[in-house]
Amino acid sequence: MIPELGHFALALAIAFAVAQAILPLWGAHRGNARLMQAAPALALGQLIGLAASFACLVWVSVTDDFSVQNIAENSHTLKPLLYKITGAWGSHEGSILFWCLILSVCGGAVALFGGPLPASLRARVIGILGFTAFGFELFTLIESNPFARIWPPPLDGRDMNPLLQDPGLASHPPILYLGYVGFAVPFAFAVAALLEGRIDAAWGRWVRPWTLAAWCFLTSGIALGSWWSYYVLGWGGYWFWDPVENASLLPWLTGTALLHSAIVVEKREALKTWTVLLAIGTFALSLSGTFLVRSGILNSVHSFANDPARGVFILGLLALIIGGSLLIFALRAPTLGSSGLFAPISREGALVLNNILLCSIAAVVLTGTLYPLFADLLMSMKISVGPPFFQATVLPLAAPVFGAMAVAPMLSWKRATLGPALVRLWWVALVALAAGLFASLGMKAVPALAMGAAAWMIFGALAEIIERVRLFRVPLGNSVARLFALKLSTFGTTLGHAGLGVTVAGLAGMSMTVEQVVLVRPGETVQVAGYDWHLAGMHDAKGSNYNARVATIEVSRDGAPIVTLSPERRAFTTQTMTTTEAKISTNFVRDLYAVLGEERDGAAVLRLHMNPLAPWIWLGALIMAMGGFCSLADRRLRIAAPTRAAAPTALSRT
Amino acid sequence: MTRKNRRLILVLGCVIGLGSATVLVFQAFRATGELFIVPSKIATNAPKADRNFRLGGMVESGSLQRFQDANRPAVRFRVSDGVASVSVEYVGILPDLFREGQGVVTLGKMRADGSFAAQEVLAKHDENYMPGDMADELKKTGWKPEQGAPPAAALWNAAKANTSSLQTPPGKVGG
Repeated sequence: MIPELGHFALALAIAFAVAQAILPLWGAHRGNARLMQAAPALALGQLIGLAASFACLVWVSVTDDFSVQNIAENSHTLKPLLYKITGAWGSHEGSILFWCLILSVCGGAVALFGGPLPASLRARVIGILGFTAFGFELFTLIESNPFARIWPPPLDGRDMNPLLQDPGLASHPPILYLGYVGFAVPFAFAVAALLEGRIDAAWGRWVRPWTLAAWCFLTSGIALGSWWSYYVLGWGGYWFWDPVENASLLPWLTGTALLHSAIVVEKREALKTWTVLLAIGTFALSLSGTFLVRSGILNSVHSFANDPARGVFILGLLALIIGGSLLIFALRAPTLGSSGLFAPISREGALVLNNILLCSIAAVVLTGTLYPLFADLLMSMKISVGPPFFQATVLPLAAPVFGAMAVAPMLSWKRATLGPALVRLWWVALVALAAGLFASLGMKAVPALAMGAAAWMIFGALAEIIERVRLFRVPLGNSVARLFALKLSTFGTTLGHAGLGVTVAGLAGMSMTVEQVVLVRPGETVQVAGYDWHLAGMHDAKGSNYNARVATIEVSRDGAPIVTLSPERRAFTTQTMTTTEAKISTNFVRDLYAVLGEERDGAAVLRLHMNPLAPWIWLGALIMAMGGFCSLADRRLRIAAPTRAAAPTALSRT
Repeated sequence: MTRKNRRLILVLGCVIGLGSATVLVFQAFRATGELFIVPSKIATNAPKADRNFRLGGMVESGSLQRFQDANRPAVRFRVSDGVASVSVEYVGILPDLFREGQGVVTLGKMRADGSFAAQEVLAKHDENYMPGDMADELKKTGWKPEQGAPPAAALWNAAKANTSSLQTPPGKVGG
């Protein structure tokens, strides 16, 4: 009964989505105020339908209804409750329903908070979101129904892949999806602006918080995924340049560019056409990222919920949405009008540089990701492109980004001079040089350079705050008062830029990782990376749905005990699969990382790592996301800031 | 500065950015692209000795040996595509889903003695492991999916992989 209810709610949501796609757009076209007014209610109706449908799926999953195929294939009575709930979005069918739910949440948010928007713009934005949602909900209903029943129902389910039974991965997909799908809103705004034929500063003010919110979630989502692969897969790596990972990096790169170009639209009403294109491109990459990988067209080492048989529908849908929006862009972009003027050396100029470089990096990553596909189709060559390719291409393009990042916020709008900005950064340059030289004592050239760049970014970001509060140039109390008067978005920039610096420092440190595979008998001690690793013993343990073999390793340095690590090897009973549970001890300067392999004649195969600065990689991403949220909290950017309510409505009558 | 000059600088910036990206891409492809090769094609297709490539095929049943290389745990196994097979050596921990009789992709170089020194052994986190590249290549060597894909991972677990030879690798039957 409950699955049918969910199925029906999904169908109801589609009905709302059809109405939402047609009525407001038609109303905006004909200037019919009543049809335009219907948009928010339709968006909320769709949201309620999908929420009910998803709630039914969670219910079915929690109550172990194995007559539902999706549950029978991915769940098991012994599975812990948390993973029964998260399992609802862990499977292919469930994840697409969840994707649709988030899209409708975005539509609902525009409906709820979009009051101050010009009526026609709001109607068009909601209409375009409705159209997109309709496509994917139709796909869910026709091709990947999460509520399909099977007969006869099995006594018990096939259980979820044990690698996915992890708290990190329980939260990774929702956050990543919020990021991916969040870019649907800037996309809808871009297409709506093309249909309206006008873009102004108010449009920039609207697009920016949405982009920022999506970007924050995407940043956190990517970081969570990378952290998960670091501690669950037990390979000791954090980023493999795998298609799945690249798929999330691509919209992040263009989304970061969009974030910066939207500032130029808002502040200077320049770069309008480019920003619209970027918004379309970012969502196109998000869509391709989510679905190309699932369609089985790209081979990936770690994609989970994929199903090649459904590829054609998805490809058609992607072609329709991306191609359609680009067609509208081609037809309507010339009506947007020309951009404001600015000198090459200016804040705008620096932001353009940021856009050029980020888009070049995105182009390089896209080429590397798709090249194997084209090499196979066109030249029938099986080529794979691995980390060396991406390191050789991305690093040289990222270096100027890092260099410019500290300088750009110091430049003034419209026209600036480089000299004074550089003079203000003299001490940052000294610190960076010192950091680079210090790092070069123990590191190779490239990581040492990266270390210098990281110091340049972190202290460059701080320098901007110091500059603004005029530290040491006015009395201290005066500086503190200035600090409190600073806008939150200034701190947002600082945190965002400094966070990237912290991540880069972590990446540089991680390149100095020491790793060794050793064969140890219980009672023996090995030395790896200056630490003594003593295998105290091995024992068996039992979990709720697995049996584990646990090694107890006592780590000490120069006789002083540091930590006891107990890596496990788990054999899952229902999926007949073993997983390695790496154990990590961190003190924020280095990670001690131990993995238990197989056992040979009483001796254990251990892989032991010492990873310098590893936690900084994810800490930096967290700081970046916090910076984004900080900017989002800024009153001027707040989505429904009452002070701005009057301005956009006044602009709306054309 | 005139409007024209400004636009020129903007265009120049884009050309430099995308141009350098293109140059980097082509250089990196030449230096780092990894070919995917099955054992029977090594003689004709293998790249120069110092280049990495991906060797893919089925792990021959009963071929897995464990040994020690300078006190580090190592494994040796044979990878076959039904026509030819190659001995692969790897120092380290095999992925959890590595099974005899199933598909495997390894990354590394050929040694002078004709064996393959693997730096990485890749496995998907899915029990039905068969990369598309490999399925295509194996079909060319005469293996047909109807003859049975790699036996289900579940079967191998139940029968304790490594000791049994439940089934000869499907590649062999086809060849």
